[in-house]
Amino acid sequence: MANALISVPPKAKRGEIIEVKTLVRHAMETGFRRTQLGERVPRDIITRFVCTYNGVEILRAVLHPAIAANPLLAFTTVATESGTLEFKWTGDNGYSLIETAAITVV
Amino acid sequence: MSTSRRNFLIAVGGIGLATTVGSARATPEAMREAIRRVARTAAIRVGKVKLDIAPLVENGNSVALSVTVESPMTTADHVKAIHVFTEKNPLPEVISVFLGPRAGRAGISTRVRLADTQAVIAVAELSDGSFWSASADVIVTLAACLEELT
Repeated sequence: MANALISVPPKAKRGEIIEVKTLVRHAMETGFRRTQLGERVPRDIITRFVCTYNGVEILRAVLHPAIAANPLLAFTTVATESGTLEFKWTGDNGYSLIETAAITVV
Repeated sequence: MSTSRRNFLIAVGGIGLATTVGSARATPEAMREAIRRVARTAAIRVGKVKLDIAPLVENGNSVALSVTVESPMTTADHVKAIHVFTEKNPLPEVISVFLGPRAGRAGISTRVRLADTQAVIAVAELSDGSFWSASADVIVTLAACLEELT
């Protein structure tokens, strides 16, 4: 599996509401777990997610440790024009991942 | 005063118990405070929001959750943000999603961790400044967050 799985319909009618699904590989270590020796495992999570459509922000999210490992986020957007959707995840320890998906609007 | 073995054990046991009870765990009050931080002084009404989550969950490590809000999602009338909170997770906040008319529909789905049998609350902020909420009670048989690393 790649680091992120993205599902965007490759083609859509203008004005149609399309569903976007994103799944990114990340352990989302909560910072509340302890090892058998009692040491706390430091927090390492994705804290921010932004989705832009041809440079315009569609959706932004703030994630907390209560989001399960390999965070999934599904949402909708209006297919306005052909172009690219860009997805950006950022998080603890300098984590950053950018993925794009192309869409053709007819 | 001599400390008998029994008294000593009671005292030590008490310390142990006190530290376990005092471990990281949010309370319904902490959740209300977290919701207040988001809504500030605005009144939160019940309605418009639909929170979909299984009522009985076997494994709290990954629980499907979706929130939808009744809204035309136009520039004049749309949902600005959707926040999810829990009552008894170590932290009350789960996710905050900020959206706008370009989303088309006000709905998100994700997967969350639940540390205990508890109430989950979704709060939506509308463009007119009003807040709406929905809550769901979830029974969790295997809790998240508490397992040891092996």
